[in-house]
Amino acid sequence: MTGWTADEMMTVAAARQLRDGTACFVGIGLPSTAANLARATHAPNLVLIYESGCLGAKPDRLPLSIGDGVLADTADAVVSVPEVFNYWLQPGRIDVGFLGAAQIDRYGNINTTVVGGDYDAPKVRLPGAGGAPEIAASCREVVVIVRQDLRTFTERVDFVTSVGYGTGPGDRERLGLRGGGPRVVITDLGVLEPDPVSCELTLTRLHPGVTREQARAATGWDLAVAEGLSTGEPPTARELAVLRTLEATKSDGRRR
Amino acid sequence: MAKLVSLAEGVADLVRDGDVVALEGFTHLIPFAAGHEIIRQGRQDLTLVRMTPDVIYDQLIGAGCARRLVFSWGGNPGVGSLHRFRDAVQHAWPRPLELEEHSHAGMANRYVAGASGLPFAVLRGYTGTDLPGHTTNIRPITCPFTGETLTAVPALRPDVTVVHAQRADRNGNVQMWGITGVQKEAVLAADRSLVTVEEIVDEWEPVPGQVVLPGWAVTAVAEVPGGAHPSYAHGYSVRDNDFYRRWDAVSRHRDTFRAWLDEHVHRAGATT
Repeated sequence: MTGWTADEMMTVAAARQLRDGTACFVGIGLPSTAANLARATHAPNLVLIYESGCLGAKPDRLPLSIGDGVLADTADAVVSVPEVFNYWLQPGRIDVGFLGAAQIDRYGNINTTVVGGDYDAPKVRLPGAGGAPEIAASCREVVVIVRQDLRTFTERVDFVTSVGYGTGPGDRERLGLRGGGPRVVITDLGVLEPDPVSCELTLTRLHPGVTREQARAATGWDLAVAEGLSTGEPPTARELAVLRTLEATKSDGRRR
Repeated sequence: MAKLVSLAEGVADLVRDGDVVALEGFTHLIPFAAGHEIIRQGRQDLTLVRMTPDVIYDQLIGAGCARRLVFSWGGNPGVGSLHRFRDAVQHAWPRPLELEEHSHAGMANRYVAGASGLPFAVLRGYTGTDLPGHTTNIRPITCPFTGETLTAVPALRPDVTVVHAQRADRNGNVQMWGITGVQKEAVLAADRSLVTVEEIVDEWEPVPGQVVLPGWAVTAVAEVPGGAHPSYAHGYSVRDNDFYRRWDAVSRHRDTFRAWLDEHVHRAGATT
């Protein structure tokens, strides 16, 4: 296994999940990198929506924050933050919510709030919810991109910031959540998808060179593995070239 | 009609100890200079409100101005965590910080209710998350028409809102454009408002898509060129991304933070 890193494989695998012509609510960091990679390769008409109010942003470099000026300069429309959430996200106009996570559990519930201890005296205070709870609730489907290790893939998240499948089958419906929930979780080791019956995240694909034992060892619960477990395609030369060009623009950004 | 004031006068007149203060700005147009003036004037016991408390709130919290924070995402955008905010939550330094935590959708709607003169706002949000368990300001409500259970959040009405904008004219009419976040709602929701601007002009050309806050809806306007630095003012300046990256190291330790505060805030003049 040479020529690309695990992070590059993860980003490419996540970009491949985004279909041309759909609208995607993008978080900053890995989701933004993967979404811009998708737009620059197989999905030129992917509509990128950022919670700062930029609808249809077409940045020619990676934005360094959710409110980067390049997003406003290239957007179809720049709207207020109440409008983004009330008119665009809440009614279900957005196809894909693209999220990261600090912790994720077997039902795809996400924590970005506090880790360890109790809420009032946490071991680690994280940034908090931002737009994620309503993105996870309202988008037609959710794609999660997150590195897989024992700290992150935990039996139970310490705080439910954004709901995946709650405590299992039927929970989203009981809670009145209108979106479909997490369709796929992309990690640096492989791809997990919810089991259609149990809703439990199940390993369905490994990245080239990764074993199922590695994936199970990096998961804080007894990870289910699909019968038809497959190995994904490595990044193409074009995907890698475009991704590296995009990554290089991060250091250019400061001059603009 | 908004009063034209200096930054020091504006903060002295409008921001009081114990106030609920919102300094808004969504990455863009963040009123850093006004935040520094609040630190210099030694305000205490503030309830700081902001959807995205970032570096200026890290500075206000580390300087000991805040008793309570009402927010939905507290981080250094594009870089990582806020270390002064973390130190206050995890170790009560320099003093304990009470939190009231929301989602962006909840905070945005709280401002909308405040600006609309309504007691609360309704949204389809928070359901199934642990957030309602930690604040009484998120409650279920039944739709009187359909019977559906929705979420209510109370109006947010700051004592004073501070924002930065591109331009004002001599009557205190304020023009802003680009990413305008929740600034208009935050100003209209507040009792008093202070708007710092890049420049005060005799007359202006209208800008398509601009947001205008009429002078009669704003309490005071202060000309503070570069007042958003290290954030940016679209059309006037670019974001100083290096500053945000450097802040991670400066803010990580109490002594480097204090030294930074002494040099760049306390010893700096009110107009820098």
